[in-house]
Amino acid sequence: MWVRLWRDPVWRAVFFQVLLILGVVAVVAWVINNTLTNLEHRGISTGFDFLSQSAGFGIIQTLVEYDESQSFGRTFLVGLLNTLLVSFLGVIFATILGFLIGVARLSSNWLLARLASTYIEIFRNIPLLLQIFFWYFAVLGVLPSPRQSINFFDAIFLNVRGISLPWPILDSGMEIVVWAGIASLVLAMGVAGLCRNYRRTKGRPLPHIKVIIASVIIGLPLLTAWLTNAHLQWEMPVLRGFNFSGGLVILPELAALWFALSIYTAAFIAEVVRSGIESVSKGQKEAAAALGLKPRRVLSLVVIPQAMRVIIPPLTNQYLNLIKNSSLATAIGYPDLVSVFAGTTLNQTGQAVEVIAMTMAVYLTISLTVSVLMNLYNRWVSLVER
Amino acid sequence: MEQKMIPAREPPVNSRGILGWARENLFASPSQSLVTLALLYGLYLFIPPFWQWAVMDASWTGSSRSDCTTEGACWAFVTARLDQFIYGFYPDSEIWRVNLFFAQLAVVLGWLMIPRIPGKKMALVIGLLVLPVTSWLILTGSLLGLPPVETHQWGGLMVTLVLALYGMLASLPVGVLLALGRRSSMPVVRTFCTAYIELWRGVPLITVLFMASVMLPLFVPEEIVFDKLVRAMIGIVMFQSAYMAEVVRGGLQAIPRGQVEACQSLGMGYWQSMLLVVLPQAIRLVIPGIVNTFIALFKDTSLVLVIGLFDLLSIVQAGLNDPQWLGSAVEGYLFAGFVFWLFCFGMSQYSQRLEKH
Repeated sequence: MWVRLWRDPVWRAVFFQVLLILGVVAVVAWVINNTLTNLEHRGISTGFDFLSQSAGFGIIQTLVEYDESQSFGRTFLVGLLNTLLVSFLGVIFATILGFLIGVARLSSNWLLARLASTYIEIFRNIPLLLQIFFWYFAVLGVLPSPRQSINFFDAIFLNVRGISLPWPILDSGMEIVVWAGIASLVLAMGVAGLCRNYRRTKGRPLPHIKVIIASVIIGLPLLTAWLTNAHLQWEMPVLRGFNFSGGLVILPELAALWFALSIYTAAFIAEVVRSGIESVSKGQKEAAAALGLKPRRVLSLVVIPQAMRVIIPPLTNQYLNLIKNSSLATAIGYPDLVSVFAGTTLNQTGQAVEVIAMTMAVYLTISLTVSVLMNLYNRWVSLVER
Repeated sequence: MEQKMIPAREPPVNSRGILGWARENLFASPSQSLVTLALLYGLYLFIPPFWQWAVMDASWTGSSRSDCTTEGACWAFVTARLDQFIYGFYPDSEIWRVNLFFAQLAVVLGWLMIPRIPGKKMALVIGLLVLPVTSWLILTGSLLGLPPVETHQWGGLMVTLVLALYGMLASLPVGVLLALGRRSSMPVVRTFCTAYIELWRGVPLITVLFMASVMLPLFVPEEIVFDKLVRAMIGIVMFQSAYMAEVVRGGLQAIPRGQVEACQSLGMGYWQSMLLVVLPQAIRLVIPGIVNTFIALFKDTSLVLVIGLFDLLSIVQAGLNDPQWLGSAVEGYLFAGFVFWLFCFGMSQYSQRLEKH
């Protein structure tokens, strides 16, 4: 009877799976049990109560209001926002640089193509951490002190404490202008949609449409600025004592991380872009040219739409890598999620399990959300084959 | 009437030789010429001063920064500390053991990578089973009756290679099992493997290393003590096996179902058909992918710096804080970067050559 059950694949599968579940449960129970005893011996309490306790340490860059008296929970938010900031900046810069280099790699100019591939081969084969250190210690760390700042037009100052830039002051009039700018963009998008529809039904484009859209985007904010009599004012960085105050200061930690992340990721994005463009077969371009499309239209109507289908999934992967790699911030002290929360907060509270679990959960949520969106996108753009 | 063929005339001077090549590839149109000239000017601004700094004006030997009296690079920082960068704090009298480890590695890798040398299966068995054991015995020493060297004395390039090697060797079998599990027909096994893979692929390595160094000691009874290097290795293997699993899964998907069906019709069981028929083909298909994950792992070993291990990068970083060598950052990073680049670029060239064949 047992032998017969053993030879039945269905029963055997059930048996193995039950065994696996029991094994996993046993290991997890063992680990939990050990952890609880160990924590008890070290006198560390469990649970998430520590999140409401006062943190008592300062953070050098905060996007939301924060001071030492606020809670550990608040440090989580501050760290998370700093991670998102550097990731956002990095994604934008890496995309621009990556696309430029990817296209340059395919240029018919031999020198340009060689230089682009040299860039790719150098930067993707050197560890990111080393590149971050290079920017932080060897480039930004040897800049002069604030008093001897490198000065661009008396507005931008480069020194060892960071980069000081002028920053616009938004008074009430200016705020209306900004809103008008956003409204004009929305309006322009609506107009563009209408004329696309017009062209699709009537078969010919609306005349002067580009001029109309441009005048909406530029004209509406200008008009409101004139009506409300608002002036754009800039807060300039000024040297006070030993440091600059006023304006926007980009910390050297942020700048080093931003440059290194963008330059490293751009090398990978360039390869993605190159393979995407190469994936569009030559026949497509020739057919488009035979239909009388000009080279620019061939690129924008035939090559790019097809290349993007190939480019976007691996491109998203590179963005995810960039977000995960931003955690290297902790090595140079940029206050990101890992550095602030899994670093300082963990050391102060000793709540290793809870802190690491929360940190991992953040990255996991970002990754899984993006991959779900990616799957939807893939289904949306995938070729419908007969 | 002309009786002979007229001999072909030479093409015009400006369409052959170097001149023709340059016309076609560098000066095809006015805008192209402009780009070329701008790039040449940029290179002229950058390369001669760099050469002057790095080679012509450089100081090569010395025992502190003040010995570098010339204008250029102070390579004395690298030459004076080269032993430390390669062997870490390994005792001087025992350095031959590290060299033996490097030699073993070079022999087995050469055997595996050069196509002309026969006996690849033998090399694979030695690489996967014998090499890690002998290396560990030689490097730790106590079981062979050699003076024991604790892992906290290890450092430099040697730790980078040890982490990359063991991370790779251990993650390969785990990755294969996970890949098989993710394609299994048993729902529990499939869910478990998928969850494991997606969990580790979704988090940064640095958090995994933090977890391995802070939480692992909590997870086991207090009597069991892992040393730091082993903890880092466990973290790296957990992380790396998830990536390896996805690479192997790519290979498994490329094997037509007919192969498995043929095995079944011959009466082979699951493990027989996988081990003897499917996996050998699948792994051969994804060797370039495996090499690429290895390159990523090799670069990622530099992250062990954050948990206080001294790999090549962190030992250079530590050397830069030495008061005698303040201000040698550029030289130190260029050296470390060059060593990493040499390994990674070499491996990626190898994997590209494999892909072409």
